[in-house]
Parts: sequence; structure tokens; C-alpha cells
Amino acid sequence: MSDSSRGSEPDSGTRKFDVDAIRADFPILQRKINGQDLVYLDNAATSQKPAQVIKALTNYYEQTNANVHRGVHTLSIEATDGYELARTKVAKFINARRPEEVIWTRNTSESLNLVAATWAETNVGDGDNIVITAMEHHSNIVPWQQLAARKGAELRYLAAGDDGSLVVSNLNSIIDSRTKIVAATHMSNVLGTINPIALLADRAHEVGAVLLVDAAQSVPHMQVDVQALDADFLCFSAHKMLGPTGIGVLWGKYDLLEAMPPYMFGGDMIFEVTYEDASWNDLPYKFEAGTPNIADAIATGAAVDYLTELGMDNVWQHEQELTAYAMEQVLSLGHVKVLGPQNPALRGGVISFIHDTIHPHDLGTALDQQGIAIRTGHHCAMPLVRSFDVVAAARASFYIYNTKSEVDALVNGIRETEGYFSR
Amino acid sequence: MTSGNSGASSLGDMDELYEAIILDHYRSPRNTATVEDPDIDLEVNNPFCGDEFHIQLKVENDAVSQVGITGRGCAISQASASLLAELVEGKSAADVHAAVAAVRRLLKGEEITDEESEILGDLEALGGVRKFPVRIKCALLSWIGLDDALKDHLKK
Repeated sequence: MSDSSRGSEPDSGTRKFDVDAIRADFPILQRKINGQDLVYLDNAATSQKPAQVIKALTNYYEQTNANVHRGVHTLSIEATDGYELARTKVAKFINARRPEEVIWTRNTSESLNLVAATWAETNVGDGDNIVITAMEHHSNIVPWQQLAARKGAELRYLAAGDDGSLVVSNLNSIIDSRTKIVAATHMSNVLGTINPIALLADRAHEVGAVLLVDAAQSVPHMQVDVQALDADFLCFSAHKMLGPTGIGVLWGKYDLLEAMPPYMFGGDMIFEVTYEDASWNDLPYKFEAGTPNIADAIATGAAVDYLTELGMDNVWQHEQELTAYAMEQVLSLGHVKVLGPQNPALRGGVISFIHDTIHPHDLGTALDQQGIAIRTGHHCAMPLVRSFDVVAAARASFYIYNTKSEVDALVNGIRETEGYFSR
Repeated sequence: MTSGNSGASSLGDMDELYEAIILDHYRSPRNTATVEDPDIDLEVNNPFCGDEFHIQLKVENDAVSQVGITGRGCAISQASASLLAELVEGKSAADVHAAVAAVRRLLKGEEITDEESEILGDLEALGGVRKFPVRIKCALLSWIGLDDALKDHLKK
């Protein structure tokens, strides 16, 4: 049995981008929903999982299950090797300088909270400010609101323009000498907007601040290079990139991580414990208290292998084509407004839209009856969605296994729903 | 085959959720006029779907003499609010409370007594929501708000 936890790492783009072959890797795509073929268009919420990832999970539990970093027995050594190899794969995938910069967390939210509770807790004080954007997910708003309130710091926002792009004309006044951290989403989960991270990094570094990137929506869909972005922290979840739920990543620059206090205390994160005191383990273990999520880390490694074989440039290209096609088709309905950049080249594969007469939840239910899964609601970005003078939107989001005929099914489904409600 | 639903035209169980009465109330909501000098004036909203309703009542001799409900939301929440607006007019607080309790039981899928069935009348159309559990909160939004407000008002 091939074992992705111990096997060699694949080279980028070695597999032909063949959607039919890709679809055959995803068991769930065989499912019928309400008697119809599943058309899964809720990828910004979570992606589906290929057999390779599922197999990595079962293979781990069937063949190598043991605790890591402890035993001298064979299984413990294999489990440790698999766990650490997965870390190395993730590090290479985002071009980290070294694997120790990759910290396993539960998800993007935990990664963000970790930075807020450690780096920011130590470095943000009374009168300082924290800068985020108006298009953040709640998970990149609330930790900073809480921190600002705790520290007497100011939470500032870079605005989103009517066209869905980030307003950067006032960048130099919003990010100033009292700014300690700039936390921005790489790609908006509502608007699809790709933000100018390198520009934010330049300005943040100019004033001595650090730049944190919420990459939950970008790492699964495009080549993300932490060095090219010049980021200081970068957070993402495995479950949006073919991996399992319950595991995410915090990447940080080594020196920053090294200087940060621990987030949780317990086993694995200590170097030496006496009855009176303790000293901390080296990176990355300082931030990985307790028995880690070994199986899901290894399966994340398998997800990274899968994406690497396809090549992230090809993944991006596929989604760009689908997005351009979907925007054109959805807008051709005539009763639909698409939020965010109207130029498909300026956005990722997320299309939030509002129908003139049909409420998103009625649309969501009607599409579900046709086997089509979309997201409806505020998308965990209430202030942003409200700023567009709507309270809820429907959202279709794409991934590697989606096809133009699925876009057609969506558009047809909206038309059917229009027909239903205008009887 | 690369994907799915080309040519699909089935809307499945939609009719169970959107019964004719529901669609009728959705398209032509009842009692939407503003109530002058209301005794109860409240906003209810569900931030998760953005549904929001403005409920106004005039209460005389412990009974609802006038009602006005306006707002925005999905077809279920709008129809449900309209059914509510139609039901409460002229009813005592106790009657309203009994109706809300019956609607709750209906949506939970509990057995409805003959007496409750009589109270519910057209409202039994809301029963289809049971098959769509995520939509139950849409149906209950205005009901719970009004029930609570009426109870508070009568305590004063």
C-alpha cells in the first residue's frame, strides 16, 4: 500500500489537470441529494475530500497509530516521522524558510487567536492601534476587538470600496507609527476580492508593525509564497484545501515565534519541568501542547501532495475560467446582482449574489431540492454584508472538481426557482 | 459524465414547504398598515438570515384590537408573520399564547389535538416546515417575539 506519510514528495504540476479524473477521486460526488446528482458549490465553507486524503487517515489508524515524540518503539517513530513529514510538506507548499515555522493548530480561527493571545498580548499596548480590513471574517475581527478593549488600543479598518476592492488611498494615515499589527484577509470569503498583501506588508514594515495574513481562502486556491508576500504570520485551515476538519496552520517568521510566549501549557510544549517551574520546548513544539492531531496532520500532508501534483497555478487557472463563466451566466439572468469585483480577474472563485425578489434562504432551499449546495446568509462577515445594504446573500464557490455544466445547473436552478415563486 | 443536473426540473418537496397558503401570504401579506399610537412596538430580527420584522399592536381590555406587521425576510418568515398578523386581531392574550404554543408544537412535529387544530386553522400550512428543520426559526421569528412582548405588556 502506498503511504503518503512516508513516501517521497511529489513534484509540482506532474499530474494532468483532468476534471473527470479529479472527480473520480472524490467519493462524495457519487452521492444523490434529494434524488439529484450532487452539485457542490459551497467550497469556501469547506471542500470535499479525495480518496487519497481519506486513505491517509485510515492508513494511519490501521497501520501506524501511536503517540508522537515519546516512544522508542517502531509505531511511535513512524507516527512521529509521518507527523513531521506532513509539516515539511506544508512548509514547502507555502515556501516557509524552515519547517519549524509551521505550527499545527485546530483551524484558522485558532491560529488567529494564538497570535492575538501571545504576540499581540505582549506587543500591543495602551494607545497603540491594530489595523484590519472591512472585509474580514468574524474570526479576524473579534479577537482584535477583544484585544483592543483589553489593552486600550484602537481597532482601525481599511475600507472596502463599492467595487469590492480594498481602499488603500489612505493607507499611510490608517497604518501609522502606533500601529503594531496589520491583519488582513488574502482573499475575501464574501467578495472574492484578492487583497494587495505585499503593499500592506511594505507599509506595515515601514512603521515597524507586523503583517498577519488570513489565508483561509487563498492557500487552497492559489500559489501562496510567504516570502514573496513578505508576511510575518499566515493562517489557514486544512479542511478548505481537501484536508480533514480539526486541523489548521499558523505559519510565522521564526524569530517572531521564538520570542512569543506559549499559548497553551502542558505536555510536549515543555523542555524541563520541576515542581516549581518549567522551561519551554523549541519551535514548533512550544505551541503544540498535548498530544497533537497526528492523523489529521498526516492527512493534510496527503492533501498538500494532491494539490502539488495538480500544480497550484493549474488550480487557479481552472477556477478563474469557472469564475468568469459563472459571473457571465449568473449576470445573464438579469435579476441578480453579484457583490465584489465585477472583473473576474480581480477575484477568486467565490460569487456572492443577491436576487431581486428571491430571498437567499428560499433560493438555498430550492437549489438543495435540485441537489445544488450553496451557502446562504451573512457568511460570517456581518458588517461587510450589511455595508452593501443587504443582510444576507447567496454564495457559490468553486474548486478543482467543479465544471461548467455545474455552473449551468446552478443557473438553471435559479431559473427554476424564479419560475416556482412567480407561479 | 463530468457533472450533474442538466435538464433537471424537479423542485422535489418544495410544495410541502411552500404550500399555497404560504405563497399567498408571502405575496400578499395581511395587516401591514402602521398602527397609530401602538401599545406594543417591537423589532424582531434573526441576524443569521437578516430577517427582521416590525410588529405593532394596540391592546384594549387585554385583547389585541389592532395589529400591523412589516418587515423583510424569506418567504417562510414573511408568510408566517402575515399569518400571525391575521390570527391575533381580536384575540385575547391567552388565545395568542395558546396559538403560539400550538405553532411551536406543530413545528416540533408533536401531535396536535383537535382543539389545537381548531386554533391553528390556516396555520397548519406551516407544518410543512418540519421537513426543513433549518427553516423552523424563520417560521417562529415573529411569533416568539410577539408572544414575549404581549406577556411583558400585560405584566405592566
